[in-house]
Amino acid sequence: MRRVVVTGIGIHSCIGNSVDEVRDSLFNGKSGIVFDQERKDVGFRSALTGKVELPSLKGRLSRRERVGLAEEGLYAYVATEQAFEQAKITKDFLETNEVGILYGNDSSAKAVIESTDTMREKKDSMLLGSGAIFQAMNSTITMNLATIFKLKGINFTISAACASGSHSIGIGYFLIKHGFQDMILVGGGQEVNYYCMASFDGLSAFSIKEDEPQKASKPFDATRDGLVPSGGAASLVIESLESARKRGAPILAEVIGYGFSSNGCHISVPNVDGPATSLKRSLEDAGIAPGDVDYINAHATSTPVGDMNEAQAIDAVFGDYKPLISSTKSMTGHECWMAGASEAVYSIIMMQNSFVAPNINFSQPCKEAEPLNITAKTIETNLDTIVSNSFGFGGTNSTIVLKKFK
Amino acid sequence: MKREEIISKINEFLGEEFEVELDDIDVDANLMETLELDSLDLVDLVVIIEKNFGFKVDAKDFVNIKTFQNFYDYVVDKLENPEKKSEDSE
Repeated sequence: MRRVVVTGIGIHSCIGNSVDEVRDSLFNGKSGIVFDQERKDVGFRSALTGKVELPSLKGRLSRRERVGLAEEGLYAYVATEQAFEQAKITKDFLETNEVGILYGNDSSAKAVIESTDTMREKKDSMLLGSGAIFQAMNSTITMNLATIFKLKGINFTISAACASGSHSIGIGYFLIKHGFQDMILVGGGQEVNYYCMASFDGLSAFSIKEDEPQKASKPFDATRDGLVPSGGAASLVIESLESARKRGAPILAEVIGYGFSSNGCHISVPNVDGPATSLKRSLEDAGIAPGDVDYINAHATSTPVGDMNEAQAIDAVFGDYKPLISSTKSMTGHECWMAGASEAVYSIIMMQNSFVAPNINFSQPCKEAEPLNITAKTIETNLDTIVSNSFGFGGTNSTIVLKKFK
Repeated sequence: MKREEIISKINEFLGEEFEVELDDIDVDANLMETLELDSLDLVDLVVIIEKNFGFKVDAKDFVNIKTFQNFYDYVVDKLENPEKKSEDSE
């Protein structure tokens, strides 16, 4: 079995467009949530959203490379540029080595809807243009990035709702650990446009605390009333320790465990047993005890039922031992398909800078969260081992264990 | 629209869309090679023409368009004779 390390991270999110910006936001408890009037105008129940800057790639990529990139693809490209740069991966390296890509994504709604609108108006498929198909498919990120960066290893998209990004890290880790690949670009992307969130809003799952957008997402708090949708992209370069050492790459963290499970029950309402199984399996895979975990980056999205069940699952697995816990979704909102990857990036940033980001807007724990050690304030402390949870519709669960490299 | 205006408009959108400098075009130069177009780009060329001139190019018409001059002549002819069908379908 080979050790798997992270040698590059990149992030484009509502709390920053670089690792440095995001580090400062996490440390200072800065929220990226805004009120979006356009959502109200088109009939949303909640107009709250993460605000993410749309990158302009004209001059950075050729026209042919750009036309297939949907919104989430633009985010994924800039996050990947950062990750490759930090990992010291050059174009020459990508041309001459086998690097894979496993990226989490579960929609490209805007591209699909715009094509449909054009079809209805023009009644001619040829007038959709050549980029439409490559933007509209669920695998839009992997097909575009694999082409742009000339990737020659494993290449597919992982669609597992809000656990997509986390599973991409887990499956990539397994493939490297067992010797099938030396290096894989993993991550998650999430479009932020209102088209992709309309049907989710229709489930009344979003917070309606519109008067104070930055206080709306309050995971584990007794007064939480729903999640706030958000997005962007996060990329990680993971590789075997041998590969990293051979290249002289910086080693940011080690991936030591992956757990997964399926609830096997309701399509949108989570349970306790599924997440608990994922947590336990990740610790077993890592070969560590609950008492070895310094910090849990919780999935907690700020929905009443989801946070309640995750709190019970954590309590069931960790018992009397109380690791620090926070949900960075209190600042970022729920980054959905991207969340598992971005929260691994946030966790690595915290590990490298020795602090736990706050669970902002948390003043009064719900009953189930009372036994947990949730921090509403930034805590400066050494972090050796971090667990990151991600759960999704259909009962898909994923847990990643990260360790400071020694 | 006069022929010169049409050609100017074509050069403007070709340069903008395909990101090439078209200040000194050799009208006898090969259109696809100069613009570095592949088969996917031809689909976008159809879209651009429809947006700018309001008519739909028949894909098989591209068979006879080799040079910029051929392309200008084709667009001008289509605009001056909107009812005329493509050669192959006549």
